[in-house]
Amino acid sequence: MTQIIESRRRFLRQGAAGGVSLLLGLHAGGAIAAAASTDSPANSDFAPNAFIRIGQDGRVTLISKQPEIGQGIKTSLPMIIAEELDVAWQDVRVVQGDLNPIYGPQGAGGSTSTPTNYDNFHKLGATARAILVQAASQAWSVPASECSTDKGSVEHKASNRKLGYGALVKVAATLPVPDVKSVALKDPSTYRLLGTRIGGVDNAQVVSGKPLFGIDVKLPGMLYATYVKCPTLGGRPVKANLAAIKAMPGVKDAFLIEGTANLNGLRPGVAIVANSTWNALRARKKLQVEWDEGEGASHSWAGFTAQAQALSKQPGAAVMRKDGDVAAALAGAAHTVEATYSYPFISHASMEPQNCTAWFKPDGTLELWAPTQNPGSGQALAASTFNIPKENILLHITRSGGGFGRRLSSDFIVDAAAIAQKVKAPVKLTWTREDDMQHDHFRAGGFHFLRGGVDAQGKLSAWHNHFVTFANLVERKESDGTSGSVLQPGSGGSLSGDEFPGRWAANCLLEQTPIECRIPMGPWRAPGSNVFAWVFHSFIDELAHAAGRDPVEFRLEMLGDKDIVPGTGERGQPYNVGRMRNVLKAVAEKSGWGQRKFARGQGAGVAFHFSHRGYVAEVAEVTVSKEGKLTVDRVVVVTDIGAQIVNLSGAENQVEGSVIDGLSTLMGPALDIDKGRIVQSNFHEYPLLRMPDTPTKIETHFLKTDYPVTGLGEPVFPPLAPAVCNAIFAATGKRVRELPLGKADLSWS
Amino acid sequence: MSKYNLNVNGKIQSVDVEADTPLLWALRDTLGLVGTKYGCGIGACGACTVHIDGQPARACQMPVSSVGKHKITTIEGLDANAAHPLQQAWQELDVPQCGYCQAGQIMTACALLKQTPRPTDAQIDDAMAGNLCRCATYVRIRAGIHRAAEIASSGKSDGVKNNSGKAKK
Repeated sequence: MTQIIESRRRFLRQGAAGGVSLLLGLHAGGAIAAAASTDSPANSDFAPNAFIRIGQDGRVTLISKQPEIGQGIKTSLPMIIAEELDVAWQDVRVVQGDLNPIYGPQGAGGSTSTPTNYDNFHKLGATARAILVQAASQAWSVPASECSTDKGSVEHKASNRKLGYGALVKVAATLPVPDVKSVALKDPSTYRLLGTRIGGVDNAQVVSGKPLFGIDVKLPGMLYATYVKCPTLGGRPVKANLAAIKAMPGVKDAFLIEGTANLNGLRPGVAIVANSTWNALRARKKLQVEWDEGEGASHSWAGFTAQAQALSKQPGAAVMRKDGDVAAALAGAAHTVEATYSYPFISHASMEPQNCTAWFKPDGTLELWAPTQNPGSGQALAASTFNIPKENILLHITRSGGGFGRRLSSDFIVDAAAIAQKVKAPVKLTWTREDDMQHDHFRAGGFHFLRGGVDAQGKLSAWHNHFVTFANLVERKESDGTSGSVLQPGSGGSLSGDEFPGRWAANCLLEQTPIECRIPMGPWRAPGSNVFAWVFHSFIDELAHAAGRDPVEFRLEMLGDKDIVPGTGERGQPYNVGRMRNVLKAVAEKSGWGQRKFARGQGAGVAFHFSHRGYVAEVAEVTVSKEGKLTVDRVVVVTDIGAQIVNLSGAENQVEGSVIDGLSTLMGPALDIDKGRIVQSNFHEYPLLRMPDTPTKIETHFLKTDYPVTGLGEPVFPPLAPAVCNAIFAATGKRVRELPLGKADLSWS
Repeated sequence: MSKYNLNVNGKIQSVDVEADTPLLWALRDTLGLVGTKYGCGIGACGACTVHIDGQPARACQMPVSSVGKHKITTIEGLDANAAHPLQQAWQELDVPQCGYCQAGQIMTACALLKQTPRPTDAQIDDAMAGNLCRCATYVRIRAGIHRAAEIASSGKSDGVKNNSGKAKK
C-alpha cells in the first residue's frame, strides 16, 4: 500500500510539474482547460488538475476523482473520457485521485457522481482528442477536418497515414487548448465503449487479495488502535483502568478523549493504541470504564413507540402540506382506510468496518487515508475539530468496502486523527463490527399514521399522514447573531410536502412531529425514499384494494394525464409524470401483469418511485407457503435513468444489488434500543440476506429516453419493498405494516 | 509473545505474537497478507475465509497457537498467477461491487468446487450461505461458480486477466 501511495504521489507531482505528458483537466470553476507540460510556474495559480495523461508509449492514465464504494464509478467515469478520447480500453490505466479542490466536488452520495460529471467528462476526452488531431494535422500539413481517430491513433485516410497518440504527445503538449464550444462530441450512435459491459478496473486486485481498501493501509512505524465509546449513545467516559491497560502486552498507550458535543463528530471515548490490531483488541477486553451515560439513558424503542402513539393523537408539530379539506373528503369518501406503518432504526453494516489511518506530522500537517464517500467533508470536520487549515490536511481516498451512505459521515476520520495527534505516530484505527453496528449514524426509525379515502368513482380523494420521526437538538445561528437549539430530524427523516402522493391528492394533509432521540443519524442508501416508498405504495395498495381496483390501473389513474407536475415551495422538484407512466406501463407489460392467474399463496405486487433523478417501477412475484415462508420468485425492474447507460455490466450489478439489498433490508435487520443502547451487536443478531434467499429471477430493463444521464446507486432500492409486500397481500390477504418483515406471521390456511 | 512457524501459501513464515492472536490478524498485521478480511470477528460473515489443509476455515476464529503445522492457504496463495478458474470467472462476469467480501467468497467457492466440481444451484446456495455480501452480488457469485466449474473442466478460458476486457453477461 505504501508503494501504491508513493506512486500516486509521484504521479501527481509529475502531473503538476510536467514531464513529457499531455495533461488536461478541469479548472475549479468547471471550465475546460489544459496545462501543457511546459507550463511556467507563473501559471501555477491556474494549473488544472490532470484527469488525462498520455505517455509517449501511447498508454493512457485517467484519474478517478470520485470515491469507489462498490458503485463502479472508478470504471464508469473514465469510460466516458476514453470514449471521447477514442482510445482502446485495454490501453487505459485508472488511478484514484486524492482529495484535491481542483478536481471539483468529490463526494459520492445521492447517486450524483454520474449526472454531475457526465457532460464534463465527455468534454475532457473530446478536447484531448481534438488537440491530438490538431498535432497530427500539423505534422502532415493537412486540414484537421480531414483527420479522424481510431482507438488511440489519428488517421489521414486520403494519404493513408496514421500516427499513434503516443507519437503525437510532444507536439500536442505545446498546442493551445481549443475553446470547448468548438469541440465536437461523438454522436452517441457511434459509441464503442459506452453501453457495453466493462469489468471493474480493480477486479484483478480484488480477486487476488491485493491491498486496496482503507483497512489494508500500512505505513512504516504505524500503530494500531481501537476506540471505545459509551454504549449509551451520547454518553462519555469519566475514568478507566488506563494503567492496567497500558501494562498489557503490546499496548503503547491508552487514554480518554474528551471529544465534542456533535453527535456526528468526534465523540468522547477511550483509545487503546498497540503494536497490532489484536493487541489493542485483547487489551480492550480488560478495559473497565466508568461512564456518564447522559440524558439518553432512559430511551428505548418501546418507549419511543408509546410516545409516537400518543403524539399521533395530537395535531402534528409541523404541516408539510395542506390541500383541500381532508376531514370533509374522508367523511364523504366511499371507502376509507386507516393504518399505522412503522420501521425500526437500522445500521449500514458495510462489510468493511469504519477505519482510518491518520498521521499528525511534526510540521503540524495531517495526512489521512480513509475509505470515505465524502472526503471533502472529512477534511472539513478534521480542520474544525483540530483547528488546522484545510490546506494542511492531505486526504487519500482508498477504495471502500461498501458505503450505503455510512461513509458520508466522517466521525471515524476524526476518531483516528485524535488518536494520532496524541501518540505522534501514524495510527490505523479499525472499528470492531460491534462498534460499527452500535455507533453507526443510523437510518432513523419512523411511524406513519395514515388515513385515506377513495370516492364513489374509485379515485383517491383524501390522504392524511401524520409522520412521527426522530430528531436531535442542533445549535443554529440566527440572522440576528443569537443562537438557539432546534430539533432537526435525522437524514431521510423529514417528509417533503412533494413526496408522492402529495400534489396528486386534491385533499391532502401531511404533518410531521419529531421525537428527540440523542441517537446519531445519517444518510442510508436512498435516504427517506428507502422507507417512504414502502409506506406510501403499501397504503396506496390498501386503498386500491378497498375500492376493488386493479393496483396498476389505480396508480396510472392517480398519476393522471399531465406530463410534468411542477414542484411546490422553494426546494420543490418537478415530477415528470410521463416518465413514470412509461416505466409503470412497461413493468406491467414486461411482467405480464394481469395475464396470469395465481394460485392461493402466490401473487404479484407493483410499486414505483422517483428518487435521485431516476424513475423506477417494479413488479415482484412471490410464493408464501401455508407455514408463512416467503419466496420471491421473480422481480421485474424497469428504470428510466436517461439517454445512456454508461457501463451495462455495472448498471446491471447495481440493479441486482439494489433489488436484493431492498429485500434484505425489508426482511431482516432491526435495531432495538434499550436504556439508550443499541441492543444488537453483530451479524448473528442482525440478519442480512444470504445466497439461499436470493431471488433467482431478476429482470432488468433500461428505458432509453432523451433525458440527462443519471446514477443508479439508489433509485432501484425504494420500490422493491412495497412491490414485495403488495405481492404478499395478493398472495395471502396479509398486509405488512411493521418492519422487519421477518418478524411477521405470514402463515395462512 | 511466542514464536509460531506457520505454513502459509507453501512457505514457512514465523510470527511472534500472543498465543490467542487469531490467524486473521497474524496474516494481516504481521505477515502483510491483507487479502483475508476482517468483517465480524465472530465467524458470522465469511470475509476471513482461508483454507486449512484445503478445508475452508474462519481465520478470525482460529488462534495462531492452534494452527500447528497445518497448511494455510490464503487468497494470495490460491494460484501463483492469480488465474484460478474462480479468479478468471470473477473477472469475466464482473462479479465484485465493493469487492471486500470477494476473497472470502472465492475461498469458500474453491473448497466447494474441489469437493463438487459441477455443483447445482442448491449445492452452491448451501455451501455459500456462510458468506455475506452486503452489496448483494449473489446472482453473479452463483453464475461465477458455474462459470469457474466450466473453465476448470474445459481447462481453458477466454477470461479476462486485467481491467482491459469486456465483462460477459
